[in-house]
Parts: sequence; structure tokens; C-alpha cells
Amino acid sequence: MSALASPDAAVPAMLEVAHLSMHFEGITAIDDVSFSARRGEITGIIGPNGAGKTTVFNCITGFYRPSVGRIALDHEGGRFLLERMEGFRIARDAGVARTFQNIRLFPRMTVLENLLVAQHVKLMRASVFSIAGLLGLPRFREAEAAAIEVARGWLDRLGLVKAADREAGTLAHGQQRKIEIARAMCSEPKLLCLDEPAAGLNPRETAELNRLLLDIREDYGVGILLIEHDMAVVMGISDRVVVLNYGAKISDGTPEEVRNDPAVIRAYLGEEGDPPETNSRGPSPGRGRP
Amino acid sequence: MEYFLQQLINGLTLGAVYGLIAIGYTMVYGIIGMINFAHGEIYMIGSFIALICFSILGLSGVASVPLAILVVLLVTVLFTAAYGWAVERLAYRPLRGSFRLAPLISAIGMSIFLQNYVQLLQGARVKAMAPMVTGGFVVTERAGFQVTLSYMQIIIMALTLILMAGFSQLISRTALGRAQRACEQDQKMAALSGIDVDRTVSLTFLLGAGLAAVAGVMTTLHYGVIDFFIGFLVGLKAFTAAVLGGIGSLPGAMLGGILIGLVEAFWAAYFAAEYKDVAAFSILVLVLVFRPTGLLGQPEVEKV
Repeated sequence: MSALASPDAAVPAMLEVAHLSMHFEGITAIDDVSFSARRGEITGIIGPNGAGKTTVFNCITGFYRPSVGRIALDHEGGRFLLERMEGFRIARDAGVARTFQNIRLFPRMTVLENLLVAQHVKLMRASVFSIAGLLGLPRFREAEAAAIEVARGWLDRLGLVKAADREAGTLAHGQQRKIEIARAMCSEPKLLCLDEPAAGLNPRETAELNRLLLDIREDYGVGILLIEHDMAVVMGISDRVVVLNYGAKISDGTPEEVRNDPAVIRAYLGEEGDPPETNSRGPSPGRGRP
Repeated sequence: MEYFLQQLINGLTLGAVYGLIAIGYTMVYGIIGMINFAHGEIYMIGSFIALICFSILGLSGVASVPLAILVVLLVTVLFTAAYGWAVERLAYRPLRGSFRLAPLISAIGMSIFLQNYVQLLQGARVKAMAPMVTGGFVVTERAGFQVTLSYMQIIIMALTLILMAGFSQLISRTALGRAQRACEQDQKMAALSGIDVDRTVSLTFLLGAGLAAVAGVMTTLHYGVIDFFIGFLVGLKAFTAAVLGGIGSLPGAMLGGILIGLVEAFWAAYFAAEYKDVAAFSILVLVLVFRPTGLLGQPEVEKV
């Protein structure tokens, strides 16, 4: 990894999650979790099933309102306390985008339209509540053309230009995943949250995904939060890894540090055994239940 | 044959009005999955606002008919849209996320409230207006039977066509239309794309009410009689039109409106006029039993 990736670098954290807890009617899904993520870095979040990874995402993106805790996002757009914001403002104003474990494209819109919806905010501004859009004023046409250009750039990058006018729901699983990431990027996020992007991908697609994520980090300087079961992905591309177990954070550090942390080894494999391996080909240790 | 032609013209006119109102039902259903049973009342309120505007303009001595119609259209659309917005804000939005029937019951309550509100303010008696736009073309004439196409009918159909074209454009081409379709398919994901779902829903109500207002102005001009209860029957027929066309489908609403208008006109012409409502509502039953998705509707895909 680059020097940038070092946790000791003097880059201030962009995302600061502090003492986050989430209770559902007596069940504690997350218990006092704190961690941070920097821009231009990939922060992996791992943990056995039910560890609370997706719940953390849901709190960050406004699906849930956390019971306790603070989620602060700092960038040149300002400082945002996400735990207090409405979902669409988290996306629109704070610049957080996410993808889902089970893909959530708009299935009956074309691929291009999916990518345009993500650019809704600037298009809506240009269209003055659609009045300019309806009249076909140049102001809106230019904005629309620019948005299509952005979408096209992403489709080009993913090699999916030909699929632009197909309904998103009809594409293959792996293609939908890529488009979901492209859609998230089209909203020009500062923080990109990916929930198991490699799930259901074959090894070749997984390798492509890795490259795509590293490229995104390099080219756009966004911070990436990555939930992933596939250890080859997490350990391979993360700059830092946060490990959750039973809703609590048990480890936090570089992939190397985490891999050798006894607490992590215990959580994954019981009291004795080998640490999760970087290039495990067999069943991913992450899938094992605690 | 002449009789047929005349009823075809009448049916198309009526159908255009139903279609305009049906769009309001279908759009609201599309975006929040509820039937806005107060929509007929919104149309009724549009008729009343139109009548009031015409009276005010008449008193203040505006002589130009096209100018008067234009002004009344604008004012009516504006005020009626405000009503539509307020109904959503007060009666539906607080219930979003509640159980499925809650907004429906609220809608029925809103409908009764609006009827009584207008009855209290405007009285229960039928209000009439002298026709402003008279005359028309004689299409054909045989054996003393004239087939006429009145100017008013032309205005109604032309305006409906223009609005429909504008609307399809709005939904398919503009950022707002895309936002609406996105909200239809997945509200949470739409919010995550930065779309203000509440505002998009509000705009949908505004637009639907605006179209109902146009229908109100047109019927006030064309038929000239209104009372506080007209929204009920017309609303139900427009709803039938939306179901017939496939609820949630915009072209379906228009097609359904025209079909209902034609069925009504022809039934009244060739069978018993008293039973024309029965004919229209039989369609509702038949469609619901045999083709619940309507003519152009898509089968409900699993909603997350």
C-alpha cells in the first residue's frame, strides 16, 4: 500500500464513529463501537455473521437512527452529524453513497436512467423543478448532456456501454453489482459504503472488483467503507480493517495487525487455530459462525 | 350513423375529462401505493374555484373570453394544486409508515370533509353558469340530424392532448419524472440517491390536483352545472378508468378514461341512459375480477 495508507499518516479522519450503539427492543445489535475512516483509504469492516456490520452501515446512511453515539463526517463541504440527518440529506448534502448486499438497482429503469437518478440533485437544480426540463431549455439540456457523459464514462470503464438502454433488472448479477457501484459513484460521494460487493461474484469478477475499488480510491480520493466476507478482498485491498463480533469492536488496525490479533483469531476460529488467511481459497472463514 | 358519430364525439370529450382526473389517481397510487379517494373532491373544488373565478371576472367586466378562460385556468390550477398539496400534507403524510389501510381511511374521511366544507361555504344547491363558449362545427348533416363538434369540445380535447403530451415528457425525460419513477420502485434507495422523497410525493399531489383542476374548469365551462357532490361520481368513474387502464400506468389512465367516456356515451345512446353509471361500474367489477392489472398495467413485482 502507499504511504497514504498508513494509519499513522497525518491525514485527519473523515468519518468519525464514536460510541455507536443500536438497540432493537432489548436486543443490542451494536454496542459502543468507535472507529474512524480516512479519505483516500479503504476501511474494511469484517466480522462473523450477525456481528452488526450492516447495522453500522444502516446507521451511517440514515436507515436507522442510532440509540446512542455520534457519526461525524468532515470534508470540504462542511461537518455533518449523520446520526441526526434525514436519509436523503445524508446522500445529498453529506455525500454518502452506499450499495447493498442484495442489489437495489431500480430494476424497471434502464441502466442509464439508474446512473442519471444518482445525479438527480444537480439535474433538479438545473431544471428549476423540471420547468426548464419540460421546455427543453438549453440550461437543462446541457446539464442533462453532462450527466449522460458522466454515466457514459462509468459504463465505458465497466465495459457496459452496450447495456446502457437495457432495463437494469435484466442484467446478470455481476453486471448489476458493478452498475450499483457506478451509480453510487455518480452521485459524487465523499464516502462510499459497500456492503459485500463481492458476494456472488466469481473469482474473475472478484479480481475485477478489486481493481475497480483500488482505481476509485486512486482516482476520486473518496473514502471507502467495505463490508466483506471474502478475506481475499478485504485483506488484499483494505488499508485498515475494523473487526466486529457480537456487536462490539474487537480489533482495529492494518490488515497485518488484525490478522495476527489473538482476539480476532478467537472470534473466527475458536480458542485455537490459524488466523484467517489472506488468500484463502476454500470456504471463507468469515462465513463461519462464532 | 350520424347519431353514432355524435355520441363518439361526446364520449371522447367526457373521456378526456375522466382521463385527466384518472392520472391523479394513477400517479398517486404509483408513488405511494394508496388510492386517494379525496381526489374526486379535489376535482369538485377545482370546479367551484373555476365558477367563482368566472363570476369575479364577469363582474369586473372582462369581455375577452379566451383571456378569461386562460386566467381562470391559471388561478384554478394554482389554488386547487394547493388543496391537493394540503390534503397530502395533513391527511396522508403523517400516516406514512402506519398500517396500509390508515391513509385509505384518512382519504375517505378527507373526501367527506371536503364535501361538507364546500357545502357549508357554497350551499347545497346546484350552481349553474351560462355557457361562455358557444357554437361549433357541423360535421355532417342528414335528414335533419346535425352532428356537431362544439368549440368547447375542441378546446377540451386539444387541451387534454397537450397536457398528456407534456406529462409523458415530464415523466420520461425530466429529472423530476425520473425521481418519481425511482420513488415508485424503491423509496429508500431513491432517498439514498439524494432524492427528497417527501417533496417528490408532494409534487405528485400538486401535479395530480392541477390536472383535476383543468378538468374542473373544462366541465364547468362545458356542462355549466356543479354542486358539492359532483366529485363523488366523477371521482369514482375516473378511478374506474385508472383501474381499467392499469393502475400506476399513465397512458393506461388516459386510455381508460376515454374508454369509460365512450362506454357511458354509447350506453346512454343505445340502451337506457339511467343505467349508464351501472355500465361504467360494471367495468370496474369485470376488470377487477378478470384482469386486475388492467389493460396496460404491469403485474405487481415484489415490492421491497
